Amino acid sequence: MIEQRPTEERRKASAALDEARLRQQAIGVRLRQMFDEVVNEEVPDEFLEILRRADARTAENGG
Amino acid sequence: MSIIQVERPKAGTPGADDAGFKRELVQLIPHLRAFARTLCGDPAAADDLAQDAMMKAWDARASFQMGTNMKAWTFMILRNQFYSEKRRSWRQSQLDQEAAERTLVAVDDPEAPVALDELRQGLAMLPAEQREALILVGAGGFAYEEAAEICNCAVGTVKSRVSRARRALHAILEAGAYDRDGASAGDAMRAILADAERLSTVR
Repeated sequence: MIEQRPTEERRKASAALDEARLRQQAIGVRLRQMFDEVVNEEVPDEFLEILRRADARTAENGG
Repeated sequence: MSIIQVERPKAGTPGADDAGFKRELVQLIPHLRAFARTLCGDPAAADDLAQDAMMKAWDARASFQMGTNMKAWTFMILRNQFYSEKRRSWRQSQLDQEAAERTLVAVDDPEAPVALDELRQGLAMLPAEQREALILVGAGGFAYEEAAEICNCAVGTVKSRVSRARRALHAILEAGAYDRDGASAGDAMRAILADAERLSTVR
């Protein structure tokens, strides 16, 4: 029984390492998901409206 | 530095390039909103910031070299805008202790060992410069060199910030996870990664 312990501990350590790696990957994936969640939102009309007004001002002044 | 200087467009500047600039700028709005959200935390404040940055970029269009990286350029403008106005930081707006505790308790979905709320909470605990470096490189799709330009620092600095951020975030989330269930979430993580693999091919 005692002889089995080191093997068991190594197995656990290796599993922990795998899990740490997986977790690091999962963090990266979630980070992109968090960002993309906003990227994929519909842009509020306000943005385009502000830009449209600014563009119209330019046309008046410049053209 | 010089490329983000806001110069008043000269009166009478032909508007021929404006249409192209505007088209590109419009396409960047979703990304500006996402970056602003990571800086501000609060969605309304983030949209204000993104709008201001968009207008700054528009006003400065005469100084932008078409063909160069407009995404990096606008991100730089947004970031400078954020820091120059000392806007409410993520930490201030998000680190409401009660909300933090609620979030940690609420995260008990075994399918989501790295829940979004938990990640947001973890990000909030990082120093601002580590957080923005990790977000630019890890989520914004920028190369270290581009992130360095956006943050106005050396490439090596960005690399070290990203790596420290990854380690810290991992440790924070690890602590949260073991707090939560005390058990391995390996299978659930594999499931998430397989799922994400599928989703991320869209990028």
